[in-house]
Amino acid sequence: MIELRNLSKTYSTRGVEHTALEDVSLTIEDGDIFGIIGISGAGKSTLVRCINLLEKPTSGSVVIDGVDVTSFEGRQLSDLRATIGMIFQDFNLFAQRTVLENVTFPLEIRGDDRVDRERRGMELLDLVGLSAKAKQYPSQLSGGQQQRVSIARALANHPRVILCDEATSALDSLTTNSVLKLLRQINREMGVTMVVITHEIGVVEKICNRVAVIDGSRIVEQGSAAEVLEDPSADVTRRLLGRVRWDA
Amino acid sequence: MREFLAEYGQLLVEGTLATLAMTFISTAITYVFGVPLGVLVTVTAPGSLKPHRGLNAVLGWIVNIGRSIPFIILLVALIPVTRFIVGTSLGTAGAIVPLVVAATPFVARMVESSLAELGPGVIEAALSYGASTWQVIWKVMLRESLPSIARGASITLITLFGYSAMAGAIGAGGLGDIAIRYGYYRYQDDVMIATIVILIVLVQLIQTSGDLLARALDKRDR
Repeated sequence: MIELRNLSKTYSTRGVEHTALEDVSLTIEDGDIFGIIGISGAGKSTLVRCINLLEKPTSGSVVIDGVDVTSFEGRQLSDLRATIGMIFQDFNLFAQRTVLENVTFPLEIRGDDRVDRERRGMELLDLVGLSAKAKQYPSQLSGGQQQRVSIARALANHPRVILCDEATSALDSLTTNSVLKLLRQINREMGVTMVVITHEIGVVEKICNRVAVIDGSRIVEQGSAAEVLEDPSADVTRRLLGRVRWDA
Repeated sequence: MREFLAEYGQLLVEGTLATLAMTFISTAITYVFGVPLGVLVTVTAPGSLKPHRGLNAVLGWIVNIGRSIPFIILLVALIPVTRFIVGTSLGTAGAIVPLVVAATPFVARMVESSLAELGPGVIEAALSYGASTWQVIWKVMLRESLPSIARGASITLITLFGYSAMAGAIGAGGLGDIAIRYGYYRYQDDVMIATIVILIVLVQLIQTSGDLLARALDKRDR
């Protein structure tokens, strides 16, 4: 279970304060596919990066399975991050490594030996349907294939959570669907919790069971995905749903 | 032609070997210092892995000062240092110290620019899997930038090639020394032209093999 308690994040650039998150609290249960939706600049990316502490919150705390991890550093922080997979909008694959070397990277930095990590890597490439591409390089793959490789990489360490930062925003709609199906399959079969950051309401409709809507650095509404989509209370949710009055 | 080779052949071969030795040995030593310096400048920059404003500013200053001193002045100014380190300021050994001192800041800047080509995304990805700072530097930044760093290395080799000719002027030997002694002091145009031809051929060879190496290393867009 991931709990974010009263999280705030402000940046100061040259003395000018900028608020990215303001008093954000939410609870993500094990096994959830938890959507965090908002328009660009709302603070979604900062929020998801607070979970694995790529961003340090200015105040508030991140509690994972009852342990306050907000102040983790060094070895402790590395070990924590190893249990949380992450995938990105631009895939962020290593261009100079083969597909297999990309997938096994999290195991390489943990110090596993080559035979073990390659066995695990091939297993994962099998799962995402790309074992034939093991020896190729990312530039030889399509966008959808690259995102599948990055999903395999995120799974390498047997994480209990995967953070998806706009994972389908760079993909066409058919590829988006196949990637979303893969994420749902991993959630159902392996019980991996998914935190899905998106600006597309379709992603929430398709796979999320819970959703939080973020706007202007704050959570403006949260609940079960079905309820929020059925009966949105916040203005921005209605706009994201496309229910706008064009003449207004 | 046969007469010319009989008279100067050995001299030119020895000069070429001395020049190549100076260039390659000093390039190798330069990278031993230049790569860590370039990495340090990069990772201490604001917003990077280990931001440190003070250290970054000091390193930046050192690099800039190193790059602003003309090589011929550095060459003379460093004579006592060179004598202290290698025991002589003459010959191939004597040339290596000033060449390394001159090229290290240059290489540091080139490594810095190679590392900058790498987007922040892959570094963030590596951190998200629990990589330590050291692992990010070694397994991500340097490894992903290797083709670009190799391209920089052929530029460095060629630059030091040119510098080594200047070092020839103060007793370092090599092709630069031959060009000055025979071509400039004795007006022997044929020897001068021969050294220039050799220099051109060597530069072409270095550049071409550097390009081939970089292309073989680079796994993007193939």
